[in-house]
Amino acid sequence: MSEARVAVRKTYKLFIGGKFPRSESGRSYIAQDANVALASRKDVRDAVVAARAAVKGWSGATAYNRGQILYRVAEMLEGRRDQFVGLGLSAGEVDEAIDRWVWYAGWSDKITQVYGGANPVAGPYFNLSAPEPTGVVGLAAPPSFLGLVSVIAPAIVTGNTAIVLAAKDAPLAAVTLAEVLATSDLPGGVVNILTGDPAETAPWLAAHMDVNAIDLTAVTDPALATSLEEAAAGNLKRVLRPPLTAPDWSADPGLTRMTAYLETKTVWHPKGI
Amino acid sequence: MFEYAPAPESRAVVDIKASYGLFIDGAFSDPADGASFKTINPASEEVLSEVAEGGPADVDRAVAAARKAYDKVWSRMPGRDRAKYLYRIARIIQERGRELAVLESLDNGKPIRESRDVDIPLVAAHFFYYAGWADKLPYAGFGPAPRPLGVAAQVIPWNFPLLMLAWKIAPALAAGNTVVLKPAETTPLTALLFAEICQQADLPPGVVNIVTGAGDTGRALVEHAGVDKIAFTGSTEVGKAIARSAAGSRKKVTLELGGKAANVLFEDAPIDQAVEGIVNGIFFNQGHVCCAGSRLLVQESVYEPVLASLKRRMARLRVGDPLDKNTDIGAINSAAQLERIRTLSDIGGEEGAERWSPPCDLPDNGFWFAPTIFTGVTQAHRIAREEIFGPVLSVLTFRTPAEAVEKANNTPYGLSAGVWTEKGSRILWMADRLRAGVVWANTFNKFDPTSPFGGYKESGYGREGGRHGLEAYLDV
Repeated sequence: MSEARVAVRKTYKLFIGGKFPRSESGRSYIAQDANVALASRKDVRDAVVAARAAVKGWSGATAYNRGQILYRVAEMLEGRRDQFVGLGLSAGEVDEAIDRWVWYAGWSDKITQVYGGANPVAGPYFNLSAPEPTGVVGLAAPPSFLGLVSVIAPAIVTGNTAIVLAAKDAPLAAVTLAEVLATSDLPGGVVNILTGDPAETAPWLAAHMDVNAIDLTAVTDPALATSLEEAAAGNLKRVLRPPLTAPDWSADPGLTRMTAYLETKTVWHPKGI
Repeated sequence: MFEYAPAPESRAVVDIKASYGLFIDGAFSDPADGASFKTINPASEEVLSEVAEGGPADVDRAVAAARKAYDKVWSRMPGRDRAKYLYRIARIIQERGRELAVLESLDNGKPIRESRDVDIPLVAAHFFYYAGWADKLPYAGFGPAPRPLGVAAQVIPWNFPLLMLAWKIAPALAAGNTVVLKPAETTPLTALLFAEICQQADLPPGVVNIVTGAGDTGRALVEHAGVDKIAFTGSTEVGKAIARSAAGSRKKVTLELGGKAANVLFEDAPIDQAVEGIVNGIFFNQGHVCCAGSRLLVQESVYEPVLASLKRRMARLRVGDPLDKNTDIGAINSAAQLERIRTLSDIGGEEGAERWSPPCDLPDNGFWFAPTIFTGVTQAHRIAREEIFGPVLSVLTFRTPAEAVEKANNTPYGLSAGVWTEKGSRILWMADRLRAGVVWANTFNKFDPTSPFGGYKESGYGREGGRHGLEAYLDV
């Protein structure tokens, strides 16, 4: 006798500080036929605290170590490939996303040489410029899975930590990605993912004084994008504005998404005997 | 202290006109509404000239001239020809260096020794450096054919008037942009002489436009719908307002704002050498320096000898006539700035810090402030948190390197920092942890056109100088 097995359903929760809490507000909403946590202002603030706490360790890790951890994420993604396809994503997109993650993983120990360098100053001084992570980055994520991966990986590969606002109507892949990240040696707090309505949570993130940069690429409402950019001016966040035309996530990403969250530090020292 | 005979630089080398118009489309013209303001010598309060005050109509005209020059001439010109114009400008600046130095000291109040040996040589070097980039942009690391942005709106401060102009105009032009630049209202004269230099170089009309005026003129310029790029150096407060006003636009923004740099002195540092650097860090240019080392963090074990040496050195600083070649500290740039320095210094005393200045005869006319240190300063004091932009140093102490890092980074600013120690590994350990765009180790206040300069956090974003400085003016 064969009776259909009753499936164990998943509760889709937030991802903050390496843990999977429900929204402190107790709210949820229905998206993609599932109950999903509806993040609140307090969740945003908790995520910023977790992201800030993770900055020291993650930015202080060696580039080799960060590269290995990001590569490990790609391994875990590959292992869960079918799970993402099961969410309705095309196999091609999932493959692209995994390859994109591998591409960024390799940048961890190369971006410093490509974007920094020695400066030939007119005097007896050693002078070196090197990029450093800006700190905590807020990301409004695009709805596509390839887009989601393409905004998170470049932010964290250089040593930043991130708060990701998953697209309102496509949160399941983001939560599943959180489960990948949680099992990939990525320290808790390096990536924090909030599901819910970015139109509600993004203003708190944009105005938060302990966030260093914000990515508005996926904000399609121009009025909202403008108000977020205005709020970001409160502590002079680095802002990645929405592009004029919808981004093509399958195109060569270039360095922009990494350099947008990098600071250049220049160190001088006299030469002498 | 023994006396020096006065050694004044001659004023005869400069020819200041009674009045100046706006430099738009290659020629000087009167502002639409005829408004003007006076620029004075802050060392004597003597009126130097009457300068046009640009209004919205003038800004409009300047932006239109810059747009036309961009569309018809500059963006189409081969890079090698743009380069040659910039080389010409660099050469003329070198040739007229003494004139520019004297004029800068007259209008700004800075010692001739600094304008002659630091500001003007760096101005020429900056143009020379970026001239060479104009025909090499595909090799700058921003793709095979990076494009300019268009018309750049540039607003600069009064502390290094011509040097800030060079930092703005040289990379903008090298990358193929045209500019409208507003100098600070208290120091417009070298920018206007630079306009004459552009004429002398036969720079095509409209490529560089200089619109003089105060805050309203600057606001009209950066908020003008016809500009593609905003570059601002000035206060964090105004920088935030600009960032807000540019929200939702396509204008690329770079901001170089305030600072409250820590100069960290470890017990193993050679004290006399370090004190020389500390003095240079805070008293250079009367402390009117966004990257000034205005917070001295001394390791507790050497606090007494460092303070004694610092006071000894400060007593030797010569305050007075900016045109005297012996002068170390010139005049405060304006009455308003002097008022701000006085107010914050008074607050320092009221909040419980101990104030000290060497005995110092200040001239009767003009704006002067004796070099001052505050001891017993805590991190909560306003003089330890707010940018004073004057010759005022706050002294704090620390015990461990970790505490030094904590205190140094305990500020919303992040422009520069200094470290003094003989131990190489400690320098690099500190340099890794200081959240600042420039770290000077066993030196301070060094600048070079090849070396990127700019801040972390609320000290702004973008870099000026070096290959990095091109990014601000390219569509990348």
